[in-house]
Formats: sequence, structure tokens, C-alpha cells
Amino acid sequence: MRRVVVTGLGLVTPLGSDVETVWANLIAGESGATAITKFDASDQKCRIACEVKPKDHPWGFDADKRVDHKIQRQVDPFIVFGIDAAGQALEDAGLTDMDEATRFRAGCSIGAGIGGLPGIEEQSIVLHERGPGRVSPHFVHGRLINLISGQVSIKYGLMGPNHAVVTACSTGAHSIGDAARMIRDDDADIMLAGGAESTICPIGIAGFAQARALSTNFNDEPTRGSRPYDVDRDGFVMGEGAGVVVLEEYEHAKARGAKIYAEVIGYGLSGDAYHVTAPHPEGSGAYRSMEMALRKAGLTPADIDYVNAHGTSTPMGDELELGAVRRLFGDAIGNISMSSTKSATGHLLGGAGAIESIFCILAMRDQIVPPTLNLDNPSEGCAGVDLVPHVAKKRQVRAVLNNSFGFGGTNASLVMRQVD
Amino acid sequence: MSDTAERVKKIVVEHLGVEEDKVTPDASFIDDLGADSLDIVELVMAFEEEFGVEIPDDAAEKINTVGDANKYIEEHKG
Repeated sequence: MRRVVVTGLGLVTPLGSDVETVWANLIAGESGATAITKFDASDQKCRIACEVKPKDHPWGFDADKRVDHKIQRQVDPFIVFGIDAAGQALEDAGLTDMDEATRFRAGCSIGAGIGGLPGIEEQSIVLHERGPGRVSPHFVHGRLINLISGQVSIKYGLMGPNHAVVTACSTGAHSIGDAARMIRDDDADIMLAGGAESTICPIGIAGFAQARALSTNFNDEPTRGSRPYDVDRDGFVMGEGAGVVVLEEYEHAKARGAKIYAEVIGYGLSGDAYHVTAPHPEGSGAYRSMEMALRKAGLTPADIDYVNAHGTSTPMGDELELGAVRRLFGDAIGNISMSSTKSATGHLLGGAGAIESIFCILAMRDQIVPPTLNLDNPSEGCAGVDLVPHVAKKRQVRAVLNNSFGFGGTNASLVMRQVD
Repeated sequence: MSDTAERVKKIVVEHLGVEEDKVTPDASFIDDLGADSLDIVELVMAFEEEFGVEIPDDAAEKINTVGDANKYIEEHKG
């Protein structure tokens, strides 16, 4: 069977705009949350978010590095973040200069959960106030979810599978899982895979707040808002950014002497078949997704060292996920560390599963697991589980499980391990 | 350079991300400045806004160079 390994990483997040800065900040326990600066949020119930920082900030994002000026003007920020993260991953993998035969076998699977909401909002106002003749000719293809994959394929000449997952907050994990299968099934040798999001705009914040999904009790203390598993958690803090990995067939990577970060060995998917926003009360979808990923990986729970939780900081979701992990892991739960990095990055929605897969990979590289910030008073259901409160923890990390669950009741889990 | 030509140049530089000295009257939007047909639609919209003129589709189709745009705007602006 064809094996799939990770050979390149790229990140744009509220904690930084390159992999090493983000990881250093995450391990140091920094938070990306601030009061919203992108628009006047004074009339919103939620007034905090984890924004990607501007160019002049030490963790800031410089779009000019990898994205043409013209494209920056035409497309929504989630596409700009995605193009940049894909470029970082290709540079990291040493694959920016592939010959044509290689590029025929190289594809993209970079999705988003929502897509170009800020641009849809802005152009709807143009339509309403100034009429159809003033709507941008770039409106459609500047907002479409598959346009990260489209733009990246054009920029780098990638002529293999061109795919884009849309499964809300499971997008990033599904994107990587689907792409890994494409390599395993011999559709491609190389896949750029991941997800992006940027919906910190009035309609995005208002929409999630009206769905009672966002934190609203910490508007005056933004860094305390995202607090998974804590008794005072009251919803997620919206993040933005992108994560992209280079997936590569193992022999292909070995033959060119590539640096190999990890192997993708298990992918599980399930549907809750229960409710559009609420998770199943028994966490059965989450359980089946994790169970499938472990079974496909040929591992038992005792083989897993670190779980990067979906853990969004909503009152219901966190404990249901933890309950499902507890049932699946049984006694082995005492051996794992499980943290939610959304406590630091906020919830990147369609980008979450991708950046969190990268955190899992870096945890294996550096043998350290990132913390769950703000876990001051763990809620009752958390007893006996190492949720890595406040500070990162040095420990052995050989195999990892990453969970992502989305609106619509869609669940994805990935299992990865170190490669000797 | 006329005021119109200066303002046209500014719009072209901003929209297409090209160097200012490339935006000469002879420069073709597509062949020399890297525009595609949708970029031209967007440029025409920007000219309409800036100069308060209306540029109908059949006239827009004949605007191939920076000079064509300058000329049309000079002849039609209020």
C-alpha cells in the first residue's frame, strides 16, 4: 500500500505568519485574542476575536511576500491566507521548482468552512446602495471556497487533482484526509492540503453570536475568552488564518531526500444525524469518527500520546467530546495529554483542522505538547484527564489524534505518527 | 501630462499593481500591463466612478490602451 507522509508545513494564524513563530508563541502560552480591530464592533454582542496581525506587528502577516498585488485586491482574505500558507509549505518541502511530469502528479485540496463572507457582505451593500452595475467583476471567483486550490494550482502549475472541502469546522481535517486518500489511491504523488478562513466581519460575528456560539462574557478581557473545559466557558472566540501541509507518497519523498515530518496513518469520518448546530448528546458521532481513524491506523488507544481536541470552548461541545474520548480510550486515557489550542488561536473554523494537524506534527517533532490556556477551574467531567492547563508539557509524543467537528453534525479525525 | 492622464495612471497602477513608468499612452492593458478581460471591466468601472462618465460596453470594448482611455474620458467627461 502507498504510504502518505508530510513533507512541508505552512501557517498563517493569529499567533504569527510563519510556522516557527506560531509554534514558539503557542508553546510560550501566548494568546492571539484582542478586541476586534477590523471593524467597529461596538454594537455587537461579541467584541473580541483572534485576528491575523497586521504587517507592522512582530507576529504580523505580509501579504506581499507571496500574493500578487492584483490578486490581493480581487479576492477575500481567506484566499490570500491560503495562497501564502500553501507557498510556505511548498518552500518548506523544497518543491517550488517541480518539472512538468511532477506537476501533473501534484494537486490541491485546500478548503474553507464558509468562504468569502466579508466580500459577500461588502458587495451586497454595493448592490443595494449603488445597483448591479457597480458589483465587482471579481465578486464570484474572489469569494468561492475552491479558489484557494484554484489560485495555488495556477501560481505553481499544479495539474493533479484540484479539490476543495466544505464541511464547516471539519474542513481542514477532511481536506487532509481526502488528499491522503488521493495519494494512497495513486491519483497523485503530492498534494497541498489544508484549510483557511477569514470571517471576522460584522455579518460573520453577528451570525455566530445570534446562533449563541460565541463568547460574550469576556469583551473586556479578550485573552480570557477562549477557555475550553473551564467552568466559565461561554462560547468560542473567532479566529482567522490558514494551514496547509504538503502530503507526499513515502517512496517519492524518500527518493528525493525530503525532510519527513510525520505519516498520516488513519482517517475517520462520521455524521451525527442529530442537529444542525448541537452535537449529539452522547457524542456518538465523535466517538465513531475517532474509532474509525484508530482502526484504519491499526493502532489501539494505548498507542496515542497526544489528542488535539476540537474543544472550541462552548458549554456543550467540550465535555461531549471529552466523554467520547473517555469511552473510546478506557484505561488508556490516563496516558494521554489532550489540549485545545483554540484557547490560544481562537477557532479558525475551516482552517482549524489544518493548523491543529500542524501543531500535532510539531508536538511529535519537538516532543512537547501545547497548553490549554485559561483552564483555571476544569468542569466536573474533566477529572483524571491531562488537559495540559496553562503551560506546555515536555513528554513523549509518538502518535497523535486530531479531532474536528462541524455544524451539520460532520466529524473528522486524523491519526498521525512519527516516521523512523 | 494632463490631469485626466495622471488620474487614469493612478487607477491603473492601483488596480493592476504595475510600475508607474509602464503606464504609457501606448501601453496595451492586456499585452503590456497583464490585464485580463475582467480586469478591464473593473478598470472601466473605476474610470466611471472617478470621472463621473458612463462608458457603455461597446465603447469599453474599443479601449485597448491607456491612451484610448485618456481620449475617451477627455471627450466625454462632464
